[in-house]
Formats: sequence, structure tokens, C-alpha cells
Amino acid sequence: MSILKKALTTTATAAALATALLASAAQAETRRIALVVKSLGNGFFEAAARGAEEAAKELGDVEIIYTGPTTTTAAGQIEVINALIAQRVDAIAISANDTDALVPALKRAMDRGITVISWDSGVAAEGRQMHLNPSSNPLIGNTIVKLAADQLPEGGDVAFLSATTTSTNQNIWIEEATKVLPNYAGINVVVTVYGDDLADKSYRETQGLLQTYPNLKAIIAPTSVGIVAAAQAVTDAGKIGEVNVTGLGLPSEMAGHVKSGASKSFAIWNPVDLGYAATYIAYELTTGKAKAEPGASIPMGRIGTVTLDENGEGAMSDPFTYDASNIDEFSSVF
Amino acid sequence: MTDISMNKSAPVAKGRQIPDRLTSGWKRGLKSWEALLLVVAVAIFIFNSFASPYFLDPWSLSDASFNFTEKAMIAFAMALLIIAGDIDLSVASIMALVSTVMGVAMGLGASTPVLVFLGLGTGLLCGAFNGVLVAGMGLPSIVVTIGTMSLFRGISYIVLGDGAFTGYPADFAFFGQGYVWWVITFELVLFALFAVLFGLLLHGTSFGRMVYAIGNNATAARFSGIRVNRVRFILFLLTGVMSAIAAICLTSRLGSTRPSIAQGFELEVVTMVVLGGVSILGGSGSIPGVVLAALIMGLLTFGLGLLNVPGIVMSIIIGALLIGVIALPRLWKMVRR
Repeated sequence: MSILKKALTTTATAAALATALLASAAQAETRRIALVVKSLGNGFFEAAARGAEEAAKELGDVEIIYTGPTTTTAAGQIEVINALIAQRVDAIAISANDTDALVPALKRAMDRGITVISWDSGVAAEGRQMHLNPSSNPLIGNTIVKLAADQLPEGGDVAFLSATTTSTNQNIWIEEATKVLPNYAGINVVVTVYGDDLADKSYRETQGLLQTYPNLKAIIAPTSVGIVAAAQAVTDAGKIGEVNVTGLGLPSEMAGHVKSGASKSFAIWNPVDLGYAATYIAYELTTGKAKAEPGASIPMGRIGTVTLDENGEGAMSDPFTYDASNIDEFSSVF
Repeated sequence: MTDISMNKSAPVAKGRQIPDRLTSGWKRGLKSWEALLLVVAVAIFIFNSFASPYFLDPWSLSDASFNFTEKAMIAFAMALLIIAGDIDLSVASIMALVSTVMGVAMGLGASTPVLVFLGLGTGLLCGAFNGVLVAGMGLPSIVVTIGTMSLFRGISYIVLGDGAFTGYPADFAFFGQGYVWWVITFELVLFALFAVLFGLLLHGTSFGRMVYAIGNNATAARFSGIRVNRVRFILFLLTGVMSAIAAICLTSRLGSTRPSIAQGFELEVVTMVVLGGVSILGGSGSIPGVVLAALIMGLLTFGLGLLNVPGIVMSIIIGALLIGVIALPRLWKMVRR
């Protein structure tokens, strides 16, 4: 009996302690905004986290929780979301591994009063209040084809190296790129291969492309992992100058390949800006200063404002082209 | 004369026990292993309670249970399979295929009971396929199931490509998102139910004794009159069905199917089984051990998640825990010697 009593007292004390801690957290009025990424250890998301910290410093009363699973799976992100719901964070800004699978978990977060927005890679409309696209998909699709076409005035065979077959981003971009192909005379897409966003698999897929299509003139890889692996494979095969690697990549990882000529140019938005904007929007929504509804304009600090369409989506800015003229300037940033 | 000698030897044979564990003095060994896991589980629970003010919340703990329930259900069947000296690495791929078949049926307008029936049927067929190749044709289980791991998920990729099935019926959501009472989820009830059922099957029936006997020495088991291949076949069927049940729960919880569903689950299931004290070489292990291992992994990942420990560090900690818990008894023995 006495043991039971003791256990009960201990539990009560622990509960009291927990309440006290919660109360002190609430008094400070710090907004805790969780930046959930597809997976940790990816240069792009590390840069976004730096942008989030920058926004937090500007806004003052914001604490950033930068987190994500080890592997790019929906199940891993759901575990992270559950942990964040339990911590009663004020907002979740997520780059999703799966459009649909996260919806039930994020709905639960919203039911418990948490502001949920998606950025970079989106969640289906019912699972978030708004989605921030880094750019618009048609613009990106057009840009990646244009980058390849600019180097091929006479046209030629081109291949896509994508991430996984379930990657929301890459598939939309390739779809949009395919739509604008007729505008680029002579550009002939021969195949789309999948490197699963793994360096070794992307490398092997590129080797396969080089062997299967001897007339290949360009490889378009709209993935930061794939483009580096493809440029390396082209370099190792001694095909610099014959096959141009382009797409979307990180300046720090691509600097060497731009200088060697394996990649003439590539594009990317600024992930620092993206993390900054996502944090700013999450803050505006969670403080009630802005509302996420179709047609609404939400301020994003130094970047300007984003206007939401009927699906609750908005585009941040145009993608930016990097080449030999500006790579040094940006390769030290991200 | 022969009759008499038979009668004499019969009671001896009846009294003989096939050992539960590889170590001598199995009763003490059994106790110490589960005790060690229990200590680890309690330690993690206490640590989490003090490390995060949010841990001791019934709803949080309820959410956290999803971290292990589905994997644990497969781990129970996998434990029996590994004790019998086999392994099934295709479980996560069976889940993907089951989910895909249900998705196709859903697209054709199937109701929830039909979806569940088809899901279970698919799991059973996958299990039977593995079982025929391993028990029927005598191929090594690790090779067969590495093959079917690619095969089953490959079919899902062919059917789905980069698409997804969404829009499952509303009542289908109960399996993965429903609550039976207060914070007790349907999955948690299933987990408890199967823990008891598999515990009884392994520790309380002659079938369970056969599983141990086969794992210890399949040849001796055969000469003792055990239909070894039939038992192994049944174990593959069981694993297939449990994978199907886990797939139904996961599909219901996600509300959608993609071919990458449950990717990597097989290694987490095997980790759970090994952490639970099941010898990877077969012949020993227990269901209570696997239950404790499931709780440990669930509590640990959730507790670290609350502290916002990066997933990469989390994997390192789980790896270290696995090696630590397994090496500890052996180190203890070396020190005592």
C-alpha cells in the first residue's frame, strides 16, 4: 500500500513539474516553429534551416525546431509529426515526402491548434493551411529545358535523371518540362531514369544512359543529388564537352563541375530564402496577423509577399541560373 | 520383450524437454534476459519522463504507440520463423503488395470488408509463395525472401508507377486511426491480442515446441516425427498474414497507397526480434522478449523525437542499444570468468 502511495505521489510530482514547465514556456510567449524536412544531412535543407534562423532572429520571439527523419519516408515523417504534436509546438512547416500519406497526421496537428504549412514539396490541400512553392512548376519545368537547349543550338538527344518515382517535386517538373518541349526545336527527350536521390544509384543510372544513348547531348537532373552524381559520371567517362549535365543543384556541390565544364549551367532558387519565407509565413499565421485563404497576401519579410491561389498555394520567386560567372560568389553560401 | 522395453522407455521420452534456450539453466537465463529488457524499458521510460515535460501525456503516448504496433505484429510471426531457423526479409514488400491490391480493389468500388478480405488473401498467397520455395523446394529462406522482396514490391511499382491510390472508404480509416476506448487505439488492441495469441502458440502448444525443436536441430526434429517442412510452411503463411494485417493498419493510417509504403520495415522488424532475445541462429527466444523490445524501440524513438534529436543520431542510438543489449550478457559472463 505504501509503495503504491509513494508511486502515486511521485507521478503527481512529475505531473506538477510538467505543468510548471509548460506554464513557464507559455509565459515566455515564444513561438515554437518546427521546420520539418524530407531528411536530415541534405545541404539544401541545412541552408533552409539557416534561413529559418535568420527569420527567427528578425522576428525576435521565435524558436526554430529543425528536424526530420533519417530516410526520406512518409512513415518517418509521421513519427516526427507525432513527436511535435506531443510537444504542442505553435507551427509546423513541412517539406513532405508524400503528398497524401501525411494528411491524417497533419490533420490531427491542426485539430490540436497547430498551424500547418507545407513548403518546397507539398501536402494535399486538406492536410495544410497553405503551401509555399519555391517557384512555380511551369517556370521550373521551362527553365530546366531552356538550360539544356541554350547549349544545344542545333538540338539533340536529352535524358531526364529524376529522384524516386514517388517524389512529388521531380515528377511535376518533368511533366511541365515535357509540356514546353515543342517550344524548343530539335530537343528530343529519349528517356527518364530514376536515381532514387542516392548518389551511387544516380551514378550507375548515368553510366547506363551514356552507354545506351551514344548520341546523348545533355542530361537534365532536377535533383541536387542526381546532378552531382551525373556530372561525376560524365567526368569519369571522359565525356566533358560531349554531354552537358544540367538541372537543379546546389552551388557548393556543383562548383567543381561548373569549372571543369561538365555542367555549363544549372538553376536553383535560394533555399535560404525558402526557409526564411516559410518561417515568416508560419509566424504570421500562428500570431493571427495573416489568414491562409484563397486570394490572401501574406508578407514574407525581406522577400515581399506571397499571394495564394484557390488551392491555397503561392509561389515565392523565379529560379535562378548559376554558371561560371557567378558560381564562386554562391558556392560559399550553400 | 520388445513391448516391455518400449513401455519402459516411453515415460523417459515423455519427461524429456526440448530446451528453450541455448544456455544451460534455461529458467534463470530466461528470467535474466527479459529482466534486462524490462530494466532497459523502465529506464528509458523514466529518462523520458524527466527529459521532456510532454512525455507523460496519455494522448502523446497513444500517438507514440504507432511507432511500433504495426512492426511488432509482424515481429511476433517473424520471431517464430527465426526461432525455427528461417527468416523472411520480404515482409515489407508483402505489405506494399497487399496495400496495392487493396488500392486496386478500392478503385473498383470494393467495400471495407472486401478490402480486408483481399488484403489478408494477398498476404496469405505471398506467404504461401515463400513457403513453397523454402519448405517445398528446400531453397535457403534468406535467398528466397531477398528475391521476393524485390518481386512483391516490383509488382506494386508496375501497378502504381509514380501514382498513388487515395480515397479509401471512411470506415476503412478505423483500423489505423480509430480509438476503441479513450486513448486506446485499435492498433494497440490488435498488438496486445496478437502478443497473447503468439505467446500462447509458442509457449503453450505442441506446435510451439516443434518450432523450437526445428530451430535447434531440424534433422533430429524430423527423426522425432515432426513434419518439419509443414511447420515451416505454416510459419511462412503466418508471417504473410501478419504482414497483411500490418499493411491494412498502415494503409488505413496513411489513408493512401504508394509503392514505397513501409520501405525498410523488414530491418526494423528483424531488429525488434533480435533485441527481444531471439537467437538469429534459431532455437531460442520468447514472445515476452519481443513485446518488451517493441516497447523499448517505440519509447526510445518517441522520447528522442520529443527532444528533437535528429533521426541520424537516433539510428546510431538504436544501433548502439541493439549491440549493447546483446553484448552485455556475454561481457558479463567473460567478466565473471
